[in-house]
Amino acid sequence: MRWPPAPWGRKGRVLPILVLAACSGPQSMLDPAGGQAARIGVMGWILLAGCAFVYAVVLLWLLWALARRHRWVEPGGVLPPQAGVERRLTNGLVAWVVGTVLILFAFVAASYAVDKSLTHLANREEVVVEVEGKQWWWTVRYPDDDPSRSITTANEIHLPVGVPVRVKLKAADVIHSLWIPNLHGKMDLIPGRDNELFLTADREGIFRGQCAEFCGLQHAHMALDVIVHSRAAFDAWKEAQLAPAPAPADEALARGQALFLTSACTMCHGIRGTPASASVAPDLTHLASRRSIAAGALPYNRGNLAGWIADPQRIKPGNHMPLVGVPPSDLQALVAYLDSLK
Amino acid sequence: MSSLSRNAVSLALLGVLLLAACEREERSYRGEPVGEVKPGAIVQGTLYAGAPSPPPPQRREYEGNAYHVSEGKRLFEWFNCSGCHAHGGGDIGPPLMDEVWIYGGELENIAATIVEGRPNGMPSFRNKIPDQQLWQIAAYVRSMQREVRKDVAPGRDDHMAVTPGEQNQPVTPPKPGGVASPSSEGRGP
Repeated sequence: MRWPPAPWGRKGRVLPILVLAACSGPQSMLDPAGGQAARIGVMGWILLAGCAFVYAVVLLWLLWALARRHRWVEPGGVLPPQAGVERRLTNGLVAWVVGTVLILFAFVAASYAVDKSLTHLANREEVVVEVEGKQWWWTVRYPDDDPSRSITTANEIHLPVGVPVRVKLKAADVIHSLWIPNLHGKMDLIPGRDNELFLTADREGIFRGQCAEFCGLQHAHMALDVIVHSRAAFDAWKEAQLAPAPAPADEALARGQALFLTSACTMCHGIRGTPASASVAPDLTHLASRRSIAAGALPYNRGNLAGWIADPQRIKPGNHMPLVGVPPSDLQALVAYLDSLK
Repeated sequence: MSSLSRNAVSLALLGVLLLAACEREERSYRGEPVGEVKPGAIVQGTLYAGAPSPPPPQRREYEGNAYHVSEGKRLFEWFNCSGCHAHGGGDIGPPLMDEVWIYGGELENIAATIVEGRPNGMPSFRNKIPDQQLWQIAAYVRSMQREVRKDVAPGRDDHMAVTPGEQNQPVTPPKPGGVASPSSEGRGP
């Protein structure tokens, strides 16, 4: 027997291979970068294998039913009794029900074992990160016993490699959910309740996290970058973040700073080292050191930043940054100043 | 016309009727790209020369829109209006949920008070609050006395509240009155 030609033609046979390409990458549970994600990945494969087996058996059964010879019965006629076939079908059905129950029990046991191993991993912490979900961005804090050594940033989590981390999760307005597939499963951020995640990144790299609980209009544009460094690079990053914003180096930057401090920006944004100290919008002290703006909506660069300030409602409609209406001449100075906040 | 096509037509009409309820109001996120705040004058009394001037278009646009009023409620907390006016009940700033208005209680009067500031403590927010947000906050302040439609006024608080939401407050039309008390005397009756 010849199989019919594939509907996408001969060249299209590479298509299934392309599908596999999505298995690795900065946002994939199939490419774990930590012990927690690896265990959850194993559970995922167990479920996939179990379900694929059941699917194959059902399809085979259907094929067998199709292949059986049809017996013609006159309208109103009675099918001759077939005691042997009836008994075989009954036995098959009983076996199938028993098999289903056994498979489900195996899934429960596997899930229990994976959960137990996750809690065994989560018994110590060296770095604490506080993540607060807001419509539609993330505040990231690194609390310290010495308040002057606490760090606040936005939409970016930095982690040292191989170090157990406790991530405390809070929400300011509605329920969000943090999902960094390469590092761990989802965990909800619930207003008025503190949740937590323990994770350890096993290799350096840049991963992407995403809000995984529908939280309003711009839920899809609520992402964050997770950057895993070596311990030394992490400490260096932390020291750099501790510094207040650099003073404007020249006349043009000073004008940009003055524009920032005398306009609507300062009602919501804070920059440490200046009088701007509002905290309802992302802290901009080291804005230019981040990889993205508007919670992963755009990669960080001067052009995107200018476009965002000029009309945030075109890029992310409904977000809480209003159209301020900065005149073009002022916009360039403002962007130059913000771009100097490395 | 056969009964089948008649049925089909009436079903289609019913479907159209269902669609009519889909859009409650238009949400405008963007505001005007450039604009200059032109808040109205302070109301000094109820007597005017000539015919009454038409109300500014913002009244219909902002006071009749639940999205704008709820955004105003959020900004009222974000910009720390509660720091002085509490949640409308008044503290070192005058209460906003009663009917007495020193500088006028219409939408444009409240916007003018926010933009210009008032003696004894109310700072000026000129150039600090974009136009759209300004009108949103003013519309929310109006909703504290239920001067907006019941289905427009916010129904609940995000914080622990001792009073029912703005939606369930009695309607209290504004009236001029009160005195701009020195901030030292502003606390309590």
